[in-house]
Amino acid sequence: MFGGADRRQFLAHAVQGVAAAACGGVAWNALLVQQAHAVPFALRPPGALAERDFNATCVKCGLCVVACPYRVLKLATTSSGIPLGTPHFVAREEPCRLCPEIPCVKACPTGSLDRGLKDINDSRMGLAVVDAENCLSWNGLRCEVCYRVCPVKGKAITIDAHERKLSKHAVFVPMIHSDACTGCGLCEKACPTTVAAIRIVLPSLVQGKIGDHFRMDWRPEAMPETPVPAPAPAAQAAPPAPARPAGLDYFNSETKP
Amino acid sequence: MSTQARAGTTRPVRHFEMPTTLAGKLHAWRFLIARRAVQVSVLLLFFGTAHWGWKALGQPVLAGNLSAGKFAGAIALADPFTILEVLATRHAVAGEALLGAAIVLAFYFFVGGRVFCAWVCPMNAVTDAARWVRLRLAVRDVFAIPPGVRYAMLGLSLVMSAIAGVAAFDWISPIAMMHREILYGAGLGLTSVLGVFLFDAFVLKHGWCGHLCPLGGFWSLVGRGAQVRVAFDDASCTRCGDCLRVCPEPRVLNFIEAARAGMVRHGECTNCAACIAICPEGSLRLTYRPKKGTVPRNRPQILSD
Repeated sequence: MFGGADRRQFLAHAVQGVAAAACGGVAWNALLVQQAHAVPFALRPPGALAERDFNATCVKCGLCVVACPYRVLKLATTSSGIPLGTPHFVAREEPCRLCPEIPCVKACPTGSLDRGLKDINDSRMGLAVVDAENCLSWNGLRCEVCYRVCPVKGKAITIDAHERKLSKHAVFVPMIHSDACTGCGLCEKACPTTVAAIRIVLPSLVQGKIGDHFRMDWRPEAMPETPVPAPAPAAQAAPPAPARPAGLDYFNSETKP
Repeated sequence: MSTQARAGTTRPVRHFEMPTTLAGKLHAWRFLIARRAVQVSVLLLFFGTAHWGWKALGQPVLAGNLSAGKFAGAIALADPFTILEVLATRHAVAGEALLGAAIVLAFYFFVGGRVFCAWVCPMNAVTDAARWVRLRLAVRDVFAIPPGVRYAMLGLSLVMSAIAGVAAFDWISPIAMMHREILYGAGLGLTSVLGVFLFDAFVLKHGWCGHLCPLGGFWSLVGRGAQVRVAFDDASCTRCGDCLRVCPEPRVLNFIEAARAGMVRHGECTNCAACIAICPEGSLRLTYRPKKGTVPRNRPQILSD
C-alpha cells in the first residue's frame, strides 16, 4: 500500500508522532509524580485508603466535603501542600468529630474512603504524638486537656503519673496508645500551647517496633493468665501444668505458682 | 469559503445580518443565551448545594462537581472519562461511581457527546470570550496543530494514568481546576482560566476545546451515536458559508456529507447551534436523528435525481 517515498513519509510521521507523545508524556509524568508522591501524609477523611491508592482513586468531587456536617473537610488548595483538590482537614483548625454515621464515607462514590469502615473508632487517620519538651503536663502543670477531649478517652490517651523524684512534685503526663488513637485531631485542636504540643502525624514517621527478641515478661500480655488450681479432691487427676512463658523467670520464680 | 451558488440554483446568496431590534437580537442569540443559562444553572446548582444547603424533597439537589456528583440524593453521576482514567491506574472503583459514569455516558450518548462541551463545561464561556477577542484583534495563529491531536491526548491520558498511577488528565485538567475553584475554592482556577484564554485568544484558534482537550476527544467519540443532531436541508442552502464562520468545529460542517446524511453527523459537533442561529435560509435546525434506513424529512433533492 505504501511504497517508496510514501512509506518513508508515513514512517517519519509515525516516528514524529510517537516522539511528540513521548516528550509530552515525560513532562506530564514529572508533573504528576511531583504532585502525587511528594507528600507522604495528609490528614484524610476517615476510611481513606493508603495515600497512593487514595490519590489514584479520589476524583476530587467534593461529595465528602458537602456531606461533612461540621464542615471540617476541605479540598486542598495550592497552599495546602498536598495534591490539589483532594479532601483533607487541618486538625488545629477543625478536627474530625468522628460522626458515628460516618457520612463522608457514605458519600464517597469511588471507594477512596473505604465503606468497610463501619465503626468510626476503627478509623486511623493518623496518630497523635506529644512533644514532651513543650507539653504543659510534662513541664509539671496539671493540664491534661488532650486527655479530657479525647473521644476515646482512657484508651487512646491515658495519664501516667511520674512520681516525684528530682522535681518538686509528681507529674501527670499524657500517653498515646496507637491501638486506639483514631487521629481525629481533637487533642491537637484543644492543646492550649501557642503551637500545639500534641499533633497528628503519619504513624510510620514516629512509630518504632520493639521486635520479638526482647522479652518483657513483667508485662501482663507476656504473662498468660495461669489458672489458680482449686484445692482438688485426691481422686481427681492432677491439674494441668500451668502455661508458662518460654523464658525462665529467675527473679520471680519464688512468687509465681 | 464558497460564496457561490451551485450550478442550477437560481437563488441568490444572502448573508446573515444581525437584526437591529432588541427582540431580533435576542432571537439571534437564543441558543447562546440558552447555553449560558444551562452552564450557569449547573454551576449554581452545585454551588447552592455545597454552600447554601439547597435541598429538594429533603435531599441535596446537586452535590459534588462535574467529576462525580449526586442528584437529589439518589442518582449517582460521574464523569466517565475520569473514571476510565482511574481504572487505567489499575485501581478498583466502587459501584456507585461506575453507575454514575454509565448514567452520564448514556445521557450524552443520546443528546450528543460534545453537548457537554457547549452546554455544560464552564471553560466554554472562557474559550468563547477568547474567540471574541481574537476576532476583534484579528489575531493569527502562532502555529498549527494537526486535527486529531485531541485523540492522541485522550490515548496519552490513559497511558499516563497507567504509568503515573493517578488519573493523569484529571490531575492537570484546567476544566476541573476552574470548576473546583468556583465550587470549593480549591485553587489554580484563575491560572487555568487565564492559561486557556491566552492560548485560545493569541496562540491558536480554538486551541484548547478544538485541538487539545482530551475530554473533548472522549465526548467526540461518544457523540458518534448521538440522537440529537443538527439537520441540514440541502435544497434551501445557498452555500453562503456563514455557518462555517461561526462554527467552533468547522470540520464537522462538510456540505457533501451533511447533504447525503441530511444532518451533521460528525462526532465533534457540539450541538451548540450557532450555525442554526446564523443561517439566513433556515436550512439548519436541531432535530432527533432519523433512524437508520429512513429518509430524512428534508431529503435533499440532489440525491433524488
